[in-house]
Amino acid sequence: MVEKSIKRIYTFLIFMFLYAPIIVLIIFSFNNSKSRGVWNGFTLKWYIELFKDREILKALYNTLLIAISSSIISTILGTFAAIGIYNMNGIFKKIILNLNYLPVLNPDILTAVSLMALFRFSKLEFGLFTMLLSHITFCVPYVILSILPKLKQMNIYLYEAAMDLGATPFYALRKVIIPQIMPGIITGGLMAFTLSIDDFVISFFNTGHGVSNLSIAIYSMARRGINPVINALSTLMFISMLILLFTINKRNDKDLIEGGR
Amino acid sequence: MKLKRFSYPYLLWLGIFVAIPLVLVLYFAFTTGDSQNFGEFQFSLDNFKRFFTPIYMKVLIRSVNLAFISTVITLILGYPMALIISKEKPSKRNMMILMFVIPMWMNFLLRTYAWLTLLGRNGLINTLITKIGLKPLDLMYNDKAVLLGMVYNFLPFMVLPIFSVLTKIDQGLIEAAEDLGASRIQTFIKVIFPLSISGVITGITMVFVPAMSTFVISSLLGGNKSSLIGNIIEQQFRYTGDWHFGSSMSIILMIFILITMGLTSKFDKDKEGGGGLW
Amino acid sequence: MTKKGLALLLVFVLLGTLALTGCGDDTPSINVYNWGDYIDMDVIRQFEKEYGIKVRYDTFATNEDLYVKLKQGGSSYDVIFPSDYMIERMTREDLLVKLDKGNIPNMSKIDEKFLNRDYDPGNEYSVPYMWGTVGIIYNKTMIDKPLTSWADLWNEEYKGQIIMLNSQRDSLAVALKKLGFSMNTRNIDELEAAKEELVRQKPLVDAYLGDDIKGVIVAGDAAIGVVWSGDAVAMIRDNPDLEYVIPSEGTNLWFDAMVIPKNAKNKEGAEKFIDFMTRPDISAKNTEYIGYSTPIPEAKELLTDEIKNSLVAYPTDEMIENTEIFKDPTDIIGEYDRIWTELTSEQ
Repeated sequence: MVEKSIKRIYTFLIFMFLYAPIIVLIIFSFNNSKSRGVWNGFTLKWYIELFKDREILKALYNTLLIAISSSIISTILGTFAAIGIYNMNGIFKKIILNLNYLPVLNPDILTAVSLMALFRFSKLEFGLFTMLLSHITFCVPYVILSILPKLKQMNIYLYEAAMDLGATPFYALRKVIIPQIMPGIITGGLMAFTLSIDDFVISFFNTGHGVSNLSIAIYSMARRGINPVINALSTLMFISMLILLFTINKRNDKDLIEGGR
Repeated sequence: MKLKRFSYPYLLWLGIFVAIPLVLVLYFAFTTGDSQNFGEFQFSLDNFKRFFTPIYMKVLIRSVNLAFISTVITLILGYPMALIISKEKPSKRNMMILMFVIPMWMNFLLRTYAWLTLLGRNGLINTLITKIGLKPLDLMYNDKAVLLGMVYNFLPFMVLPIFSVLTKIDQGLIEAAEDLGASRIQTFIKVIFPLSISGVITGITMVFVPAMSTFVISSLLGGNKSSLIGNIIEQQFRYTGDWHFGSSMSIILMIFILITMGLTSKFDKDKEGGGGLW
Repeated sequence: MTKKGLALLLVFVLLGTLALTGCGDDTPSINVYNWGDYIDMDVIRQFEKEYGIKVRYDTFATNEDLYVKLKQGGSSYDVIFPSDYMIERMTREDLLVKLDKGNIPNMSKIDEKFLNRDYDPGNEYSVPYMWGTVGIIYNKTMIDKPLTSWADLWNEEYKGQIIMLNSQRDSLAVALKKLGFSMNTRNIDELEAAKEELVRQKPLVDAYLGDDIKGVIVAGDAAIGVVWSGDAVAMIRDNPDLEYVIPSEGTNLWFDAMVIPKNAKNKEGAEKFIDFMTRPDISAKNTEYIGYSTPIPEAKELLTDEIKNSLVAYPTDEMIENTEIFKDPTDIIGEYDRIWTELTSEQ
């Protein structure tokens, strides 16, 4: 019993720590002042302005588009890569693994300018596509890193057994390997999404032609002070995430109960 | 076994988007000249000579120090959290992991600004402290604030990999240990922790590395009074315009981190796991 | 089921975007590249309506970022908004085109005193957009006597209350001005002396900040800060206890201006846009939104009394007599970098 309450309190404190700034942010989205420093009374005006702000809504669209597509692509690419790399041997494996580490190791700005130079040499037009390529590049390593430990945990004989029983490699992959490493794939995908949605430097240097995401909009507002419209948008994003999460969870619970009968 | 073929598409990707840019960075690091005119660089080792002087060494040591402390704190805070979550029933577990990640979907700059509102001299925490009759604390613009920012931003990157490894530990092993009379602490030290080590190493990598090269956290929460290596690299690329020196510092940082991670992965008994370095 | 639904949705979104970016639009357009939140979007809508030219609008965070983007190519801009010293550099490196003043008749509305400055003699390349000064802002409830000079930032009494700018250039300029040197000096001894001043000041400084300085001062977390005049106006509105002064040793006068890069695809549209932005009624509307100072007297007259009589936003000529505009620092930037690294590598 004591242990249970210690766990509860610990969980509560950690979540408090994670959510404290978010709560502040939400409260300040109702602040009737452009500056962060003072509370000037309650207002909904930032929410109204948000829906009139074509640029920010477009940036939101780009952000989600890039984050969703880059996390899906890098999760798929990364999952296959991780399985392949795990089954390699010797010096080659080491070289590949270390190369894979580079986008994680390098400061963002270095990744940003080196990719920019690459795109410039290859005469690609800067825009949504180059931004997507660069996001995939820095997301895949994280996916691979979160899947490798799961592969290590996996019982490899299961796969071989499936093959012996006549399964095709793809069938065995789908039915045996993937289910076993699923938690790793999910955490990898989550990390990729998180990194993509939050990136400024790499996006900034690898976009063009009027394509910008929320991070670019926010960072370039910094000199003049961040427009509270952004706080309003973040609040709405946060709340819709929570609602989505709770409904999915509710449904899963129901499915479980019904499935049990 | 033909499983390694699955990695070929990514190998191609690595070649184009990682290896070629790395060659470019090396080219920058070993040359000098106007960074924007690619044709006119001269070979030089000056960038490296410049880095190995006391000023930059001091900055490097400070950065390593802060990154190390923040990694240790994140591990101490994150491991129990991952353990608690992994013991929940599956539906609640996924929910909790998602709730762990969602705050990170709010923009980094906005979250860090929100910390300013909390930690400032007239901030919310100090207002509460003075309400209950205590003296206000100096929470901002020091190393503690920088550490807090690092722990806050990198904690999920520690919890997620550890969590995903913990969920798949064979419960039979734990029960066996308990049947054989191991105490819960013994079970943890002898069974659970060793089995989760690959997740821990991945977590350490994902926290230590960005903590080494961060610049926004030290700048917003540390007040820029003492630079980290990330600040100096950023300054070269985005203000001074000396991409050569910036690249060579990045290369040095990269080698340094690779060595550190190589040493860390020595703790991974059979080197097949997440670390996989050397 | 839901998984399939999600996948389908994603495919549609991707196809939709491809379709959107794919199909060429025949209406003329211009690409405008500006600082974030530095224009009233309604003004852009009005321009699109009046001229039938579509505006693709993009934002950047610093002059140096703008420079790199421009230099690297890969995307073309028709109108960009660099600051004074960056215009000087871009002109020298032949990145800008000369304006056809016949296409920008509203240029005559700009106050003479803001034209023909060193960064662009004869205004062949640039049309001023906003201007201002750099000064000290302080909280009257926390500081009991009026501050008047940069030297006040070295007063031991204010230990832990001072916020400096996290910018090599601006902070060195403060120290140089305090010592009575030009902020554009190339003299190493003078720069060294300024560095010594900054090292001496460091124990008194609470933090070196960028844009977040505004929130910190408004909240009263610190009492004294170095800020741009345009921001000071907004800060004082949020916290009336604040006071802005232009230090007696003299200060920096700055301009952000509109220019057309060499690789612009629609120069004609760009000139129409610049002319439109310089029209007094438009400039007034825009200035009201941004809160900085317009260089167009007729536009200023259209603002509220509170703003147009504000000595923060519109100081008298005497107040800005003793000011300097930044010169392009490219040749001396290595020294700035060394000094700043030496200053910030100390604990």
